Amino acid sequence: MEAKNTIVFPAETLDLVQKIMKRYPEGKHKSAILPILHLAQAEWKWCSPEVMDYVASLLTIAPVEVYEVASFYTMFHLEPVGEHVIEYCRTGPCCLMGGVEVYDHLKKRLGIQTGETTADGKFTIKEVECLAACGWGPVFQIREKFYMQLTAEKVDQIIDELSK
Amino acid sequence: MKILTEHIDVPGIETIDVFCKHGGYQAVEKAIKKMTPDEVTEEVKKSGLRGRGGAGFPVGMKWSFLAKPEGIPRYLVCNADESEPGTFKDHYLMWKSPHTLIEGMIVSSFALGANTSYIYVRGELMYVIHILEKAIQEAYDKGYLGKNILGSGYDLDLYVQPGGGAYICGEETALLESLEGKRGNPRIKPPFPAVKGVWQCPTVVNNVESIAATSWIINHGGEAYAAVGVGRSTGTKLISASGHIRKPGVYEIPLGITVEDFIYSDEWCGGIREGHKLKAVVAGGSSVPILSAEMILNTVDGEKRLMTYESLSDGGFATGTMLGSGGFIVMDETTCIVHNTLTFARFYHHESCGQCSPCREGTGWMDKVIYRIEHGKGRKEDIDLLVDVAKKIEGNTICPLGDAAAWPVAAAIRHFRDEFEWHIEHPELAIQPGAVYMRPGASWAQ
Repeated sequence: MEAKNTIVFPAETLDLVQKIMKRYPEGKHKSAILPILHLAQAEWKWCSPEVMDYVASLLTIAPVEVYEVASFYTMFHLEPVGEHVIEYCRTGPCCLMGGVEVYDHLKKRLGIQTGETTADGKFTIKEVECLAACGWGPVFQIREKFYMQLTAEKVDQIIDELSK
Repeated sequence: MKILTEHIDVPGIETIDVFCKHGGYQAVEKAIKKMTPDEVTEEVKKSGLRGRGGAGFPVGMKWSFLAKPEGIPRYLVCNADESEPGTFKDHYLMWKSPHTLIEGMIVSSFALGANTSYIYVRGELMYVIHILEKAIQEAYDKGYLGKNILGSGYDLDLYVQPGGGAYICGEETALLESLEGKRGNPRIKPPFPAVKGVWQCPTVVNNVESIAATSWIINHGGEAYAAVGVGRSTGTKLISASGHIRKPGVYEIPLGITVEDFIYSDEWCGGIREGHKLKAVVAGGSSVPILSAEMILNTVDGEKRLMTYESLSDGGFATGTMLGSGGFIVMDETTCIVHNTLTFARFYHHESCGQCSPCREGTGWMDKVIYRIEHGKGRKEDIDLLVDVAKKIEGNTICPLGDAAAWPVAAAIRHFRDEFEWHIEHPELAIQPGAVYMRPGASWAQ
């Protein structure tokens, strides 16, 4: 029972949640699902059933209303992930700029395949579709940050930096 | 001629003080203090501005469809869910100059009589959302947003809504479903959003670039805007240029320059990367038909093709394409068209919402069949199978994602059939890393 109680936003985030719910007309606060899911994922790294239940309780809606939304949108991790989730763009323009080779290097460097997490729990690799940065490809994203015009050397530097 | 990006590289332009020093928010002052909402709409109509998200529908006309029943709120929702492969102009504009969009949002909301408006930004651009929210706060602090704007009695609240990673939410009714906190399944139309949009209230959904352009139109007049461009392609367009060019990036072009100039002039893309030749272009984002070098530079009548809605679509899909969202993807002779088509097919397979069977099943079929061709397992009948599947998706779905998925596959086969055949006939060659078929006699093969 105790473990469940740990899923509560810090006071500051709870204030923000209240503010977000007021962005919509009276009674339409279900619209806050996506912004709150983003806050939840930032807090707990992934959207576990317990986290989604908590979001539902904040919005006073049925848990299934959160599950069906979280499972539709690809940004939400429904399985545990590593500390740094590397999401690389696999779509056409990034591939034209050598994306496939760069991402192969990334996988080799970390010793994992797409969808896997390193044994130390530090890195997860995911592939995503177009990130709207096609002129600066190949591109990957770690949380909010974009890493652009990637090369094998740049990938090594980024991994070195994040491994410290 | 720069309308949206004239000051985009000015240091500090993301702050309201610097933005105002360069003429920012004058359109808000003018519209709210000196004009009626109908007069603002009239100027936008006169400008000939067409929706910059891809469909090209006249913005002023879309506004005039908005239902205005007494006592029911109306909404303006900005579509900043930019997710079409090859397109990154809205990302660039919001990141560099957020107030350009916010000023346009205020002017447009005033014209529509909306007192609450939303900017729906794709969730991956969370850093851009922070930039916009900071800029919106500045606009509130200056009295351009909130209650009784500039003493006019007009109230407007503006909020940013994050998406969650779903291309389909760029379709306006899916976007509205998403804004309501639901899965992004497109709605059956009618009713159109202008009558029943978000929370069943009349709603206008416009692209970032369209809304951003309205400020300039109010400052300079619709006729001045219409004087830029050619024919029904008025004004300027942001083009996202990517691929094998010397200078990838976002360029604001006056509609009507030649495609050749856009690719080769130092003012724009700067030509194909050193030592390589132009093979093909996807001119308007991944969903529009790919064209070979010859076809993109000239129409079938031998005229130089222009960067306009009309010229790019000259010849229909037989020999033409579309301006779309302006996602201009350039490929040189090292590009394997089959592989590129595979990435697009995989994209649409991944992004289909699953609501309509032809799209849900068809995108999966196309992805799998192209995958096996690309990986040396193609069968002779596969090419016709792909054409057949594409035909069965097109026009048979609730929203345009089906068409968007079918067109790139159909066009790749229409114009590069020999490349697909080569993969099937020579699997041992095709699976070699970097292997590319060279069409005998083609300009890029010499």
